[in-house]
Amino acid sequence: MTNGPQAEQRLEHLREEAWKKGVVPGKGVDVAGGPIPRKPGYYGQPVVKPPVWTWEIPLYFFFGGLAGMSAVIASGAIIFHQVDLARTAMWVAAVAGAVLSPILLILDLGRPHLFLNMLRVFKHRSAMSMGAWILSAFGACAVPGLIALELHARQIFPGALDQLLRVAAGLLIFGSAIFGTLLATYTGVLIGATAIPAWFLHRVLLPIHFGTAGLGSAAAVLELLGQRIPALNFIGFYAAGVETALLVWLSFDKHGAADRAIHEHASGWLIRIGEVLNGPLALVLRFFAFVPFAAISFLLGALVSRIGWIAVGKVSGADPESVFAAEHY
Amino acid sequence: MIGEGLQSTNQRKHSYVHDRVEVGFFTDPSVCIGCKACEVACKEWNQVPDDGFTWSGNSYDNTGHLGASTWRHVMFLEQDRPKGNQVTGSMGLPFDQQSIGNQQSDLSAVGPAEAEDPFRWVFLSDVCKHCEEAGCLEACPTGSIVRTEVGSVLVQNDVCNGCGYCVVSCPFGVIDRRPEPLHDAGGAFKCTFCYDRQKSGLVPACAKVCPTESIVFGRLDDLRARGAKRVEQLQQSGYKDAQLYDPTETSVRGIHAFFLILGEPEAYGLPPKPQIPTIYLKSAWISAFATAIASIIATLAGFAFFS
Repeated sequence: MTNGPQAEQRLEHLREEAWKKGVVPGKGVDVAGGPIPRKPGYYGQPVVKPPVWTWEIPLYFFFGGLAGMSAVIASGAIIFHQVDLARTAMWVAAVAGAVLSPILLILDLGRPHLFLNMLRVFKHRSAMSMGAWILSAFGACAVPGLIALELHARQIFPGALDQLLRVAAGLLIFGSAIFGTLLATYTGVLIGATAIPAWFLHRVLLPIHFGTAGLGSAAAVLELLGQRIPALNFIGFYAAGVETALLVWLSFDKHGAADRAIHEHASGWLIRIGEVLNGPLALVLRFFAFVPFAAISFLLGALVSRIGWIAVGKVSGADPESVFAAEHY
Repeated sequence: MIGEGLQSTNQRKHSYVHDRVEVGFFTDPSVCIGCKACEVACKEWNQVPDDGFTWSGNSYDNTGHLGASTWRHVMFLEQDRPKGNQVTGSMGLPFDQQSIGNQQSDLSAVGPAEAEDPFRWVFLSDVCKHCEEAGCLEACPTGSIVRTEVGSVLVQNDVCNGCGYCVVSCPFGVIDRRPEPLHDAGGAFKCTFCYDRQKSGLVPACAKVCPTESIVFGRLDDLRARGAKRVEQLQQSGYKDAQLYDPTETSVRGIHAFFLILGEPEAYGLPPKPQIPTIYLKSAWISAFATAIASIIATLAGFAFFS
């Protein structure tokens, strides 16, 4: 830079910025012995790699949770002889879990044509491998379960064959409920067991949040599809109540710089907005019997908080100080 | 070792793969000259795409960080502290023309090194650590990432479907997914420890070209002994902050490409206590199972009491 007023102005600007922010962006300003504070770590470079996942993954978390817990509601409905509700719930489970979820997961792969390689191995120490198997098992139960249930409900086959279908539908739907609970909760394990500080510090909270948000979403979708019954209203209360408790937990369970991505930045706002929508707001709306609004609020919150958690991972992973601070927990 | 010529472990042919001997890299910044020959050799041998020709402004480092297309990365640290006993700055000499011309200048006027703008420039060639317990290997759902005969961690490019889970599972931020429109985009890539070369008894490209043997390739046990000796040697010569970076005390249980570092690991972007993410699995799965059971109970309760 040449001598002159511009150079002096630039220096003044740098000094002011350093004073305000503590760090100055820009090339060549991170030097030893200078007056400007240096960036943390190695020129502020990330220590761990932030996730490469894009919009498909939070949407998959949303639909996977919704599908898995729909199958649980379908099982409850079967046990208590509410066949109509069970049919709707199984349609939701099959469409969201066996169609949308695999499509979203395959779209996110760097090499989508190799998606079947997921089923080459079974690794219990890899949450991603477990997830691939859980999703496959869920689809393998939910789709034939739905077909058997529909054939039975429409009385397509006579006599003994119909009885066989009834039993098969019951078994397959219970199977999809078992894999469904895992489908809704394993996603919390998936991001909880990583090297990203804001994620692994909340590895206990994440499965609770993802699973409960899945259950509440399933109830909300079924209510919006016209199944306005007290049982679903109770599930809505339960899910919104748990989410409210998680919001309180999250605001107390802070780890300073290690998980500041949850409390600061745009990512922090996504988490907060999501948690308020599917926690306290859904609870209050349901309390005053605005059921459809409570359902919409919960669904929006479940989606926004999933987007928020992926955003948190990106911010936390790119922040070297969060990794250094997480060493103390 | 320098001076051994073709007998150095960096130059002679070997049969480690055949003999199934654990090998590693020992990288020593105290002799690194920052020439980046290792980066170039790695790119050439492995045919790794370039990572953009931009100036970072961060000393002489225009590579930035390890990634899908950067398997060796030479760091350039500028720090305001002395390197060993080296004296930097004006050496206490008065700065007028006369005394500089005067050969008989009074050397007793030289002040202590610390008092005079201490400065040091440290170069370190970073690489995949090939962990004893590797996060990427455990995370890989396709079995694409495997442990080789020599104890290194290898990504089989033709098996990887680019799920990206290894990226967030590496505690050192080494492996990454290669973005479009680069060659072989979509897969995860990192240092292969030149497995193809090693199978033919050749030394990894980076170690082969290192002109100062700052990168040493060899048997892991030999290297560990060599590293410990080198730290002792440097400590004695005034490099008080020389230490080995080989986190054997954490769940990573040591690394096969370990480093001698001057100062604290944070300055090199190295986590002081790297952990393999699988240690978090137990608590997370317990939480998941508890949530699963609670959800089933809540659903059944809803139907039982509110129907």
